[in-house]
Amino acid sequence: MKHTLAVLVDNTPGVMARVSGLFSRRGYNIDSLSVGVTDDPEVSRMTIVVTGDDRVLDQVKKQLGKLINVTKITDLPIDDSVQRELVLIKVGVGVDTRSEIMQIADSFRAKIVDVGKDTVTIEVTGDEGKINAIIKLMNQFGIKEIARTGKTAMIRGEK
Amino acid sequence: MTKMSGAKAMIKSLKDEGVEVIFGYPGGVVLPLYDELFVSDIRHILVRHEQGAAHAADGYSRATGKVGVCLATSGPGATNLVTGIANAYMDSIPIVAITGQVATAMIGNDAFQEANITGITIPVTKHNYLVTDGKDLPRILKEAFHIASTGRPGPVLIDVPTDVFKEEIDFKSPKNANVTGYKPKIKGHSMQIKKAAELIKSSNSPIIFAGGGVIASGAHKELTKLAEKMGAPVTTTLMGKGSFPETSPLSLGMLGMHGTKYANYAMSGTDLIVAVGVRFDDRVTGKIDEFARGAKVIHIDIDPAEIGKVVNVDVPIVGDAKNVLTELLERLGKCENKEWDEQVQKWKKEAPLSYEDKGLKPQYVVEQIYEICPDAIITTEVGQNQMWAAQYFKYTNPRTLVTSGGLGTMGFGLPSAIGAKVGCPDRTVFDIAGDGSFMMNCQELATAVENDIQVKVMILNNGYLGMVRQWQELFYGKRYSHTDIESKTDFVKLAEAFGAVGRRVTKKEEVKPAIEEAMNVDKPVVIDFVVDREENVFPMVPPGSLINDMLG
Repeated sequence: MKHTLAVLVDNTPGVMARVSGLFSRRGYNIDSLSVGVTDDPEVSRMTIVVTGDDRVLDQVKKQLGKLINVTKITDLPIDDSVQRELVLIKVGVGVDTRSEIMQIADSFRAKIVDVGKDTVTIEVTGDEGKINAIIKLMNQFGIKEIARTGKTAMIRGEK
Repeated sequence: MTKMSGAKAMIKSLKDEGVEVIFGYPGGVVLPLYDELFVSDIRHILVRHEQGAAHAADGYSRATGKVGVCLATSGPGATNLVTGIANAYMDSIPIVAITGQVATAMIGNDAFQEANITGITIPVTKHNYLVTDGKDLPRILKEAFHIASTGRPGPVLIDVPTDVFKEEIDFKSPKNANVTGYKPKIKGHSMQIKKAAELIKSSNSPIIFAGGGVIASGAHKELTKLAEKMGAPVTTTLMGKGSFPETSPLSLGMLGMHGTKYANYAMSGTDLIVAVGVRFDDRVTGKIDEFARGAKVIHIDIDPAEIGKVVNVDVPIVGDAKNVLTELLERLGKCENKEWDEQVQKWKKEAPLSYEDKGLKPQYVVEQIYEICPDAIITTEVGQNQMWAAQYFKYTNPRTLVTSGGLGTMGFGLPSAIGAKVGCPDRTVFDIAGDGSFMMNCQELATAVENDIQVKVMILNNGYLGMVRQWQELFYGKRYSHTDIESKTDFVKLAEAFGAVGRRVTKKEEVKPAIEEAMNVDKPVVIDFVVDREENVFPMVPPGSLINDMLG
């Protein structure tokens, strides 16, 4: 079972090592981890996607809670939160494929952010399903390079 | 506000925290701090190896309940502390470890004696700090002592670059530690405590299962009251020894791998486990799927992560043991479980701890130490000596057994005895040792002699790494691979070389007079008891077996 955790941490050096070290030494699997500073420059927000049964998830949350630099942990429900990833895909193009690639990008509301002689780079944002779908489609043209941010997420409504 | 150096600010902060003694070893980058210690009235005890400093701070803390402090230089000094820090972490002992670091500008350059000690100790500290700005020192010291000693206690490390010691700062004493991400829950949930009381009332065969958390919380009196009110037997973990008087008819002693048979029988036959300050370690539970299957579990612990980690819990209560037990006692009337009580007493009578009284047995030595000095503080090394010290000495008060439970650190006994004796100078402190473990930190005899710290080392010398040999005998077809250490080392001469008193005992009748002499000599003493070489620790639950399925 996959869970998305929003974790508020002190924006101080070494916090990433504390969090990622906790996961590795206790044998929890991180599917993705993204981090950025919040509106308060002293606080960063991590979005951690973790796979595990209820007992593992319970332990993950409790053990994270014990880290002094962790101030808040929220388990984001899939159906009641906005969950997004951003990916950059560099695809090889030829004269015959260029327009098809553009069309696909367009239908995914993706942006072409760079155009080279033999490549285009597409930026696309969306949930995991959408990202996986466009990657699958682009595969036929030959993906040269790919960069995914990992998930970032937020609960819906005023909560 | 007063201007002073970082080093001076550190000493002042330590004094503000009530620190009276530091166990340490100097080196290049901590020189500014040592220079201030030279004129400070904080007592500094110079150990002979930094591992000894960490264990001594640990032993001091276990014996007194105060925060122990150790100090080392950067690089090897700091890494030598690591085993001691890990040891304190596994047993939730509050120590503050201070390390020097290379100058801020040099960090990350592989400078001389540089080690990334904050990185290294993340997994074995409750929290750690690298101080990069001198003005943070007073606040960090305050936070470190607060974090180490509250909630579930544990070690905190403070790494201080040498230039930070020299930095001139405006010293301002912080009043309180204010750590946003750290709010331990002290008071238990009242509804949960009510549920627990109801479960206890409806139980026919309850057992109390107490651990180190009871001692950390100072809840031993409340625990005794609970046992009396419930009319329930009490078994403890190794760490819980001293939380309940083992002289009481309700005491079942220790459970688990080398626990008493009756404790393990009772744990297997109970319908309700009231677990207080324990973490269901594998040495206690044996085969986890089968552990106390018919029982409901009330688990009281200050660390929410321990609840539900190993066993399923029916009534979880997060809170400080003393606080929770006090409230539980208010909600509980006198209970009686006559049949269960009779059954437990029958087990106690039928399956007592025993050994064959032939030749010089290690168990006999421990029994004699208890007979002669029942109110001693006992520290142990790790292995057979530790288990015999747990089985054959009756602990009646908290903070009287100082032993490496979770990490199982050989070499812990002597330096922790030094720490305990420094903290409790009026008590007699015995280190019950094995010949293997003793050698791991025997250099600390020099510390004991030089500082006139009169610890009494009782070596149960069987010329083997006894516990490992026992496993080889039982599970590896008696193939004693690299466990025979019977050597020409003369422990009597070794003691004398350090300036301590050394004695050798080879006969049963010499045991008592030798222990009495050790107590009466105003010096550190080492007695080399040459005991039965192949004596085993029984009972024993083979690893991974059911706890009521015991050998011996």
